[in-house]
Amino acid sequence: MTMLETAAGATPLDVERLRRDFPVLDQEVNGRPLVYLDNAATSQKPVQVIEAIEAYYRSDNANVHRGIHELSRRATELYEGARKTVARYLGGVDPEEVVWTRGTTEAINLVASSWGGANLKEGDEILLSVMEHHSNLVPWQLVAERTGARLRYLELNDDGTLRLDDLDELIGERTRIVALTQVSNSLGTINPISEIARRVHDAGALLLVDGAQGAAHHGVDLTSLGADFYAFSGHKMCGPTGVGALWGRRELLESMPPWQGGGEMISLVERDHSTYAPIPHKFEAGTPNIAGAVGLAAAVEYLEKIGPAAILAHEQDLTGYAMERLQTLPAIRVFGPEDPSMRAGVVSFVLGDAHPHDISTILDSEGVAIRAGHHCTQLVMKHYGVSATARASFYLYNTRDEVDRLMDGLATVHSIFA
Amino acid sequence: MSELKLNSLYQQLILEHYRSPKNRGKLDDATVSIRMRNPTCGDDITLQLRVDDDEMIEDVRFYGEGCSISQASASIMTTLLMERSLDDAMQIAARFTALMHGDEHAAKDRSLRDLRALQGVSKFPVRIKCALLGFDALQEAVRKTRGEPALEA
Ligand SMILES: Cc1ncc(COP(=O)(O)O)c(C=O)c1O
Repeated sequence: MTMLETAAGATPLDVERLRRDFPVLDQEVNGRPLVYLDNAATSQKPVQVIEAIEAYYRSDNANVHRGIHELSRRATELYEGARKTVARYLGGVDPEEVVWTRGTTEAINLVASSWGGANLKEGDEILLSVMEHHSNLVPWQLVAERTGARLRYLELNDDGTLRLDDLDELIGERTRIVALTQVSNSLGTINPISEIARRVHDAGALLLVDGAQGAAHHGVDLTSLGADFYAFSGHKMCGPTGVGALWGRRELLESMPPWQGGGEMISLVERDHSTYAPIPHKFEAGTPNIAGAVGLAAAVEYLEKIGPAAILAHEQDLTGYAMERLQTLPAIRVFGPEDPSMRAGVVSFVLGDAHPHDISTILDSEGVAIRAGHHCTQLVMKHYGVSATARASFYLYNTRDEVDRLMDGLATVHSIFA
Repeated sequence: MSELKLNSLYQQLILEHYRSPKNRGKLDDATVSIRMRNPTCGDDITLQLRVDDDEMIEDVRFYGEGCSISQASASIMTTLLMERSLDDAMQIAARFTALMHGDEHAAKDRSLRDLRALQGVSKFPVRIKCALLGFDALQEAVRKTRGEPALEA
């Protein structure tokens, strides 16, 4: 994979300097310096993002595409400029193919509801995987119920990779769309999307890629990925909550009906019907999250300066180190691919009969924040026969010392539960 | 400081109930069975009671999966329910809920017996719902037995 080759050759991050950009990291929790290892849930925000949002509200706030006055012009320029910045980050796609949403979940719902509602018929098939986040499962269940389409699933190998050998059997002439995650949020697995895309397209189906983790932890070039739709969230990549985007190929977006009605998305409204604005505005009903878009653009610029390849390399270094140290614990079970280069910075594990909640509480008492639970991937939990895992997830500001703090906390867990 | 807090949470008695729960299993002749789940964390408890015509609890079992706090709390709870009336059961549930929310009087209430070992949970706000899961099931079971409407679907 070319992305990984560049990742391996990337220059190391100056983490100590980067950490100073994140004010939230500079605090004590339960009497110890905070170690934030819950990045797959949401990342922290650098001052560059916080200040961009503040500056917008302090000096440029107005509604977009509505006023003729100066502030409205500025707000519109910032908002549409942010779209261009995001389009550049996605590999230099056409900004008109970038639709603002609240995040990944809303982006997937948009496609399932609009594209799915208009195109799926009884007997059609939607192919998902057992690895998917609930937000790439439930919207398809809803549209399947509505249209009579059928859901099929790509299963997991025990090493946390997808069972791609089944792909040819699972994709058939009834398959209309395949929806897969780029990077698993509970196992860390990086899926070979380009290879899958070829096989999906050979069968005449479409591919939606859930980029919630991918856009943040892997980087993305939509001109070569092979996706037809790509969904992601700003908050996992240093941006604010409540903003994300859907990218879709122009002809698809143009052919799809609007999914919400209101202001911004129309061109002409009459008593019985309306004509709709061109893409992307057709899908953006109502006053959008303008400050969110501005903040996300600042986050993208921040990440571009560091470089997604360098961030991935850093995460993989921490992941490799964490996996190595975790393996020294008795009764540890680590999930996902053994080879750190096949995963992003996510490590899920269970430890003896200490329940993940108890692990999380004990770590928290030492200032170490991890996530415990099913991570919105109950089908993954079911595959492995566990109800929950503990998950440490890394980002550009984490260090090996912090992995050591995680290990110290796990020693406490062991002393209580062994 | 935080170590002290931790020790108060993970008392020996709690860990013992977690490892070797009392009254764990199923009742073939239950008169009421309630499953309670905590969707955010996956704790999952089914509580079964056999209640006679005079509202006396003749037998009780629970099963399910979850953290040490949810499992130990349910286990200790069942030891207090045998041969008690539904009114007593509701009383215990109310006192224990008060204990979890930091009520000083409840902390001294001898009728709570071993449940007082869970007092430390009240200092961990995100874990209180773990400790209350079994009691939520108990209250629901009492309501159902009495033909009252359920609080949660
Ligand atoms: C793989 C994956 N998909 C989808 C989502 C949903 O993202 P959001 O909640 O930001 O819409 C997440 C994160 O929660 C995720 O990790």
